[in-house]
Amino acid sequence: MRVDFEIVKSWVPEGAHVLDLACGDGTLLRSLVDDCSVSGYGLENDPDSIFQCIQKGVNVIEKELVRDLDSFQDNSFDLVIMTQAIQAMKFPDIILDEMLRVGRECIVTFPNFGNIGARLHLASKGKMPVTKNLPYQWYDTPNIHFCTLADFRELCRVKQYKFLNEATLAERPLNKSLKGLWPNLFAETAIYHLTKES
Amino acid sequence: MTKSNPQTRDLNQSVGIVKPQSVDIKDPLRLACGQVLKEYHLVYETYGELNTNKSNAILICHALSGHHHAAGYHTDDPAEKPGWWDNCIGPGKPIDTNRFYVVVPNNIGGCHGTTGPASINPDTGKPWGPDFPPLRFRDWVDSQAQLADHLGIQTWAAIVGGSLGGMQAMRWSLEYPDRLKHCLVIASAMNLTPQNIAFNEMARQAIVSDSDFCDGRYIEQDKKPSKGLALARMIGHVTYLSQSQLEDRFGRDLKQGSFDRGNNSPVQFEIESYLNYKGDQFAESFDANTYLVITRMLDVFDLAREYDHDPVKAFSNASCRFFVASFTTDWRFAPDRSREIVNALISANKDVSYINVETDKGHDGFLSDIPRYIADLGAYLNNVAFEFEKEFEKETENEGKGEAQNAS
Repeated sequence: MRVDFEIVKSWVPEGAHVLDLACGDGTLLRSLVDDCSVSGYGLENDPDSIFQCIQKGVNVIEKELVRDLDSFQDNSFDLVIMTQAIQAMKFPDIILDEMLRVGRECIVTFPNFGNIGARLHLASKGKMPVTKNLPYQWYDTPNIHFCTLADFRELCRVKQYKFLNEATLAERPLNKSLKGLWPNLFAETAIYHLTKES
Repeated sequence: MTKSNPQTRDLNQSVGIVKPQSVDIKDPLRLACGQVLKEYHLVYETYGELNTNKSNAILICHALSGHHHAAGYHTDDPAEKPGWWDNCIGPGKPIDTNRFYVVVPNNIGGCHGTTGPASINPDTGKPWGPDFPPLRFRDWVDSQAQLADHLGIQTWAAIVGGSLGGMQAMRWSLEYPDRLKHCLVIASAMNLTPQNIAFNEMARQAIVSDSDFCDGRYIEQDKKPSKGLALARMIGHVTYLSQSQLEDRFGRDLKQGSFDRGNNSPVQFEIESYLNYKGDQFAESFDANTYLVITRMLDVFDLAREYDHDPVKAFSNASCRFFVASFTTDWRFAPDRSREIVNALISANKDVSYINVETDKGHDGFLSDIPRYIADLGAYLNNVAFEFEKEFEKETENEGKGEAQNAS
């Protein structure tokens, strides 16, 4: 299982009612149902991923995430999760608001564009970074709203969101050893657990 | 919409030649209108084998023009078309007859053998005709429950229905929540839109305006309002298809005639010829009073009426899991109508999955061979089958242990 899933899972309370936005093939939701007895739904719009969710027996709702979660009521979920997808949203700030309207808490994971690899790529080659994890060219990437840890934290500050948990991930040895010291430069993936200021 | 090519009738994936069965239900059926059907005849077909703990039964609810013959063939005539949902029911198909025991009744009020307006009213000795009691979906559901009792089925592994079949499936989930584990609602809605009611009314007016309708007593007068019934079907049929499908299939092609100057032979478009053919074909095999009864059932159906018109409150009575499907070009039962069902189920905290299948097949998508639809339906039902197979294994294991203990 993806490493960010392991951390997300460790923050999910037993028996929570969960909404997983852009749930992919349902791997996370399946393991949350099996190991944390959660209830809830995944939202997805890719037919192949939806098929895999159905195969896994998780509740999947075909829906394109555009702007709002209009069909969902306020505070109807304990937790709304979105892993590695916020950078592909057209309105990431509005989606974030929506996640914390529909759920009391939310967990977001995203690739850190402030990572040294991305910075060096742009600085040395003068071209948009293309990496193993983000193999797209600028014109065909679904990821249209990249941000750094610092960018994301600033958005949360402006919106007055409270951090319940945060973690960073890195695979490369250099990043791994230095991400604790300088997260915005060395973390490859960021994971935030948020709620609204009370 | 199933096609049969005589040369390639593939019996490997077919339930083969089947025989309709029937039962005379002697328990009175109290109808929603207040009348009582003292007894009635119900025709049905079954495919596959009921397992010993009777946990693998699946009920198929038919739509307006449907009936009990959903799969396989009645004769060995290679020109015969298979049942109306043969692409989904059979060995290795989504409704896998190697695993499920499939039950398909012809509903009361119908015209394919089950008691309906064309049957003899035992009180008068004449055909019911227009005196056949008005029905509600709950009456169909109640009669299907009586059939389940007759077959010894306490709980359906799943109930599946497209269009008004989906309405029956949803009604089941509220009326008999303990008697089904999964409810599959395909191209359906919790009630009809005014536009839908309008189409139904046009169809009914076409029937009652036919001079051979004779106030509904056409059988007694040895007549048949075929023209009206055909027109009703034409109105209905065109609403089941999408604009792009009509465009692709017929375009503005001519069946006969010509636009050439100096040529005044009357012009007939392909679409006209097709609709006329479909209408005539339907009028041959369907009863006009049945069409009136069922379209009226559709109009008055409102899943949440008795739950303060609150679908969330309605669905909170359900205890099964749901699978909901819609088709992008279906404008008769549009995807938004399915989303209303899904949203209500989510608000009621019920397990549900929803797919919106991209297709040009319109409302008839639910009967079509659309690879994604067939695959998703199959994947869902595969899990349904896994559930009762696991249960069955556990039960037989426990029985085995029990016997072993008794023996020692």
